[in-house]
Amino acid sequence: MAKVVGEVVIDIERCKACELCVQACPEQTLALGKQLNHKGYQYVVKINDNCTGCANCAIICPDAVITVYRKVYKTKQQVPA
Amino acid sequence: MAEENVDVLVENIVTPENLVYRKPTTLLDVDMHYCPGCGHSTVHKIFMEVVEEMGIQNDIIGVAPVGCAVFAYNYMDVDMQQAAHGRACAVATGIKRMLPDKYVFTYQGDGDLAAIGGNETLHAANRGENFLVIFINNAVYGMTSGQMAPTTLEGMVTTTSPYGRDPKVMGYPLKFGELIAPLPGVAYVTRQAVNNVQNVRRTKKALQRALEYQKMGLGFCLVEIVSNCPSNWKMTPLESNKYVQEVLIPYYPLGDIKVPEVKK
Amino acid sequence: MGEVKLMKGNEALAEAAIRAGVDAYFGYPITPQSEVIEYLSREATKRTGMLVLQAESEVAAINMIYGAAGCGKKAMTTSSSPGISLMQEGLSYIASAELPCLLANINRGGPGLGTIQPAQGDYFQATKGGGHGDYRLLVLAPYNVQEMADFVKLGFELAFKYRNPVMILADGALGQMMEKVELPPQEPRVNVEYPWATTGKPKNGERRVITSLHIQPEKMEEINIRLQQKYQKMKEEEVRYQTKNLEDAEYIFTAFGLVSRIAMKAMDLGRQKGYKIGWIRPITLFPFPEKIFQEVAPRVKGILDIEMNSGQMVEDVKLSVCGKTRVEYYGRMGGVVPTPEEILENFERMFIKGE
Repeated sequence: MAKVVGEVVIDIERCKACELCVQACPEQTLALGKQLNHKGYQYVVKINDNCTGCANCAIICPDAVITVYRKVYKTKQQVPA
Repeated sequence: MAEENVDVLVENIVTPENLVYRKPTTLLDVDMHYCPGCGHSTVHKIFMEVVEEMGIQNDIIGVAPVGCAVFAYNYMDVDMQQAAHGRACAVATGIKRMLPDKYVFTYQGDGDLAAIGGNETLHAANRGENFLVIFINNAVYGMTSGQMAPTTLEGMVTTTSPYGRDPKVMGYPLKFGELIAPLPGVAYVTRQAVNNVQNVRRTKKALQRALEYQKMGLGFCLVEIVSNCPSNWKMTPLESNKYVQEVLIPYYPLGDIKVPEVKK
Repeated sequence: MGEVKLMKGNEALAEAAIRAGVDAYFGYPITPQSEVIEYLSREATKRTGMLVLQAESEVAAINMIYGAAGCGKKAMTTSSSPGISLMQEGLSYIASAELPCLLANINRGGPGLGTIQPAQGDYFQATKGGGHGDYRLLVLAPYNVQEMADFVKLGFELAFKYRNPVMILADGALGQMMEKVELPPQEPRVNVEYPWATTGKPKNGERRVITSLHIQPEKMEEINIRLQQKYQKMKEEEVRYQTKNLEDAEYIFTAFGLVSRIAMKAMDLGRQKGYKIGWIRPITLFPFPEKIFQEVAPRVKGILDIEMNSGQMVEDVKLSVCGKTRVEYYGRMGGVVPTPEEILENFERMFIKGE
């Protein structure tokens, strides 16, 4: 069974806390954070590690603040212990 | 299969070879002024993705008339001209006729394209001007903060239809794509939206198709994008996208209205 | 001696445009100058590949020019008074975005729909910045068919030198009348790459943006200061006028365009009656030839300004003269053309009989 691991990098200063990514994420990985960026927006943060790198968040994000990475681990052994 | 409680030591996968999605390099690395959740910035992003993927950053000229997107040239890293309100299609005609082998596009709001610029848009379409019109339909004048637009729906409240648009007094919401589709000079008319991931993907494809039709010299291409205006609709971004889905799209159905037959 | 032909002013202007290597003409039919687009439609494209496009309105035409000029191309239009009014917004944008272009106003009787007869009622609109904001057009006023042709090449040279719209202000008679004209040689259409032109972002360079929008007032003022410096330079380097009989003049007749020829005849009639009359014809209406008026004012008893309008250039004459001599106006409006006799008669009434 292949295991997919995704990662998102959020440009927190550019995030406008519009929440579109929060809704678009199938794994509920994203949520508005408690901290404010310099413009006063509660920028989005990751709240779990279920990200599969599907990039839905980045596609819907109006301001292209999310960069997405994904790696597919072919078999279980490859998942480092 | 039983949940493996595999204690996964997460390898740092933030490396170039694992990159799946990043901001297009054709979008300047600046903050866009658009309100949180606004469809304008989404369209800027996906259009610049298309420009990057087609490798035409040095061969495209854009025209941004008055409207929220008048500052598009601060965000799109391509040659652009700012046009007077409503005159984008005339300016684009001047550019395309002088530089026929460059890509030309206009980026217009509903007021610009269908109200003050209705005649310029109609005649550019009728002349079959070989450029792309990106038409953002959010049923309101955004930049001037919320007045009624030609596409404002019946009963919709705006600052100049405070009791809801009354067609007997203010006319009916205008479907410009359908209006010009029958014109022989018009090659491609489609209506898309960017209120959810699937629609964003489809809109990006439509924009790419339009530029390819332009490359083939097939004539006037209009990509209408039903969009939101959270601030002036006085909604949160999520509510506004819901409104797009449940109220705007039923009146402005998505899909291709006219597609040129292209011999494969 | 170039090719000499007998041509209508409108057609001479059109032929001169082809020969000046103009890239594009965007226009709209309006009497009394529709011959320009008709002539160009017959001749231009097949001879030089010049684009001739009839727009859906003058509003569209001037904005097509904005687009073409923004690509560094030689773009022009011609129209007449009501059409020129529709172009004012576009001209303000073109001036602010500092784009070169040429247009001709074949002035007709107004205001409103007016008439199709010759008139000069658009002087203020032409010279004081007809649209919104502080800007000017460089305005050339031909007085015969020869200048209708000559001012096309000159107009484009000045437009590109200053990156500003240039207007040829003629009138219905100059457009319709036929005269001998020596045509300039054919120049090829050239493709010049201007650093400011939007022809596609250079591979190793910044994108080009042509705009007149500057939200920051300080930036907008910077643009305004640059425009005013441009107009100051025009005043220093581009003033053109013509004079006759100034040496012994006691009175001056001044007029522009067609009326200056009528005024010349009135001067001759006056000279026959012993009046020492001189003649000044402003050729550039902006920049206005202030100095020659300042020069003659102290040594003449009066200046009579003759126009086919209610008296517009007379204000610039007064501004130049600054009260150093008497300045009077005589004219006809609505498309009526004054005769030399009535000009002389009214000169005598105002200056000689001292009424």
